[in-house]
Amino acid sequence: MAMVQPRSIRARKLGAQLALLGFVAMVVFPLLLVISISFREGNFATGSLIPERFSLEHWALAFGIPWERPDGSVIQPPFPVLLWLWNSIKVAMVSSLMILALSTTSAYAFARMRFKGKAPILKGMLIFQMFPAVLSLVALYALFDRLGQLVPWLGINTHGALILASLGAVALHIWTIKGYFESIDGSLEEAAMVDGASTWQAFRHILLPLSVPILIVVFILAFIMSIMEYPMASVLLIDEDKLTLAVGSQQYLAEHNQRWGDFAAAAVLSGLPITLVFLLCQRWIVSGLTSGGVKG
Amino acid sequence: MFVTNASRGLPRHRSRYPAERYTRWALRALTILLVLAMLWLVLAFHLRGQWMFSLLFLVLGASLAIVFGKRELMSHRYIFPALAGMGVFVIFPLLYTIGISFSNYSSSNLLSEERVRAQFLDQTYQAEGQAFDFQLVREGNRTRLYLEAKGAGKLEGVRQLISEPLAHAEAGQPLAIEPVQASPPGEALNLREVIARRDTLEALTLVASDGTELKMAGLRSFAPMLPRFAENPDGSLTDRRDGTTLTPDHERGFFVTEDGERLTPGWPVAVGLDNYTKIFTDPDIRGPFLQIFVWTFVFAGLTVVFTLAVGFVLASLLQWEHLRGKALYRTLLILPYAVPAFISILIFKGMFNQNYGEINLILENLFGISPDWFTDPALARTMLLIVNTWLGYPYMLLLCMGLIQSIPRDLFEASAVDGGGPLTNLFRITLPLILKPLMPLLIAAFAFNFNNFVLIALLTEGSPDILGASTPAGTTDLLVSYTYRIAFQDAGQNFGLAAAIATLIFLLVVGLSVLNLRLSKVKV
Repeated sequence: MAMVQPRSIRARKLGAQLALLGFVAMVVFPLLLVISISFREGNFATGSLIPERFSLEHWALAFGIPWERPDGSVIQPPFPVLLWLWNSIKVAMVSSLMILALSTTSAYAFARMRFKGKAPILKGMLIFQMFPAVLSLVALYALFDRLGQLVPWLGINTHGALILASLGAVALHIWTIKGYFESIDGSLEEAAMVDGASTWQAFRHILLPLSVPILIVVFILAFIMSIMEYPMASVLLIDEDKLTLAVGSQQYLAEHNQRWGDFAAAAVLSGLPITLVFLLCQRWIVSGLTSGGVKG
Repeated sequence: MFVTNASRGLPRHRSRYPAERYTRWALRALTILLVLAMLWLVLAFHLRGQWMFSLLFLVLGASLAIVFGKRELMSHRYIFPALAGMGVFVIFPLLYTIGISFSNYSSSNLLSEERVRAQFLDQTYQAEGQAFDFQLVREGNRTRLYLEAKGAGKLEGVRQLISEPLAHAEAGQPLAIEPVQASPPGEALNLREVIARRDTLEALTLVASDGTELKMAGLRSFAPMLPRFAENPDGSLTDRRDGTTLTPDHERGFFVTEDGERLTPGWPVAVGLDNYTKIFTDPDIRGPFLQIFVWTFVFAGLTVVFTLAVGFVLASLLQWEHLRGKALYRTLLILPYAVPAFISILIFKGMFNQNYGEINLILENLFGISPDWFTDPALARTMLLIVNTWLGYPYMLLLCMGLIQSIPRDLFEASAVDGGGPLTNLFRITLPLILKPLMPLLIAAFAFNFNNFVLIALLTEGSPDILGASTPAGTTDLLVSYTYRIAFQDAGQNFGLAAAIATLIFLLVVGLSVLNLRLSKVKV
């Protein structure tokens, strides 16, 4: 607690509060706006923040239920939002489980074992991780195009290809898990191994149960990153019923046919769960995201 | 830190537990299966002449066999799967991209030379001189085509042929015809009835027993389809229609006529440094490239400056112990970070809409202006910076909060005793102390925004376009989105040129990340 305090503290407090409130209002405005628009009638943006003519039309359409207007015309849902959401969740689920498996085993080796080429591999991984995926798209497209001729479920326009392609992005997670493993004392595992456990058993039965929190964090992190992945999905997926949310939701705001209201409902429906998960886990996610650099 | 028994060269004993023994055998079987699968891929790609992919899976399979075959490499087994993932999906694409940057790989030079040659040899033309008049002959409830040679035309040495009943023709399947001696019995349909069946007839292919195909050539005639090109022993092709010769040009990857005209499709060939020299010498590419290059640096630099400024000010405010409701502010302030970017970018795209977006509605009501956010280059860039600051400041806020918290409190106490105000604290204590640990993270943020493809792709798609560019290029394009458009959006899909630009970006990013590693002194 500060013992020496400057004068005029009340005025400064008030000023700070006002400034923060103003800024928060600016930041939150677009988000509130979208929620409001999703309950407005029609696909145009005019109107106040609290909808004057409340309507569930866009929400019904987002859930895939045809909506009957008061004048009797029935509107069909423009896009299969729930299917896209399901595609996104499916791809994200499988790919983050695989990423978790890959990065946990290698983080174990990097944290606990001594072997040739360890330092260069770790540094190399950090460098290669900075390459944006967009630049490898031509090569990945060619790879999956050819692979698809031999193995159909790994071709273009399959979720298999998208899942597999995401396995390249493990370096960040390896570093995160490695940091956590190093914070756990190795003597437990050594004791187990003195008692005759194999390396794998020490890892599987001693270290893994101790590191469940970091595994959950990495899983959620990989899950969110996979849901938000855009460039790869935009090239690898083609058919409307195969798209993920990130690629599909763009179609609402096409050049000549902007479905502002429909988009708003779909955006809230799909964005809200992800946002909530992020906010709930922010403490761990943030430490995971920033640890790589701050520690050095 | 230990060295596994296996890598010390100690033998592994046969396990006492049957379950463990079975697991070991199952793992061995899995490894062998995987290696076999890889070998199959190697062979399949090799047979298709795709040596790069063949080599990729050869390396992958071989390293799998070695790592899981040798006991001494026990530690490497743990890192192999992750490294294989990075190898196939990060490093291989990188090498492949560098490789095709030296070729003319594009949508016009896509297939291998053999496939292109086969495509030319598959081309046919209708030999008008050998046309047959046709009649539709109805006999009972079946209708057949009766053909009679017009001029000197002959097929299998005969001048009169008849088809199977038309009802036998399945969609896309050819209909067989056979020689007859005289015109068949039955009633010939008149022209009006023929016209009524025109669509069916036009889709029809007749095939003689020697394999010659006939297609409809007019309302009264069918003509045989003959192969247009003949292959010569030296590899050139002769056009049967006019007798010209096409020679394969292995320098440029096209068949060329005697006048030097190229015929598409071509095949990919190595073109050396052509793509790179094009970037730096062709004015229609160099101009837009340089403009986009500069804008990319400006965009990334300004984004870092703005997000850092906003994030730092907010962090300092939130750090102030007299402030109430910090937790709530903090949660609200990191909202932009928690909402998926693809959703918030699209929200902004709607809000900035020139005609009915909220932002212009507000500006119209307050100041009577409605800026053209998407068609004016300067405004479009401003919009990008505004949106990206909104998206990016929470990260800086979180970083700064962590760093400010780690500054010892007594420094501020001492400053207060000596009469220092908030500004003195800021410039003499806070900034100098957090700037050094922040540097590597700022470089990483710079590199990230340098390649911020999603923002551009979802918000502006690079528009408004740069005039006079021979490749698709926009004033708001970053280098990555420019590369993406050259590779995937242009009608010409110029993969070679896109790969050359991608290679240049790779080099820049390597520079940035090495600098980053130096500054952050990563301990391994």
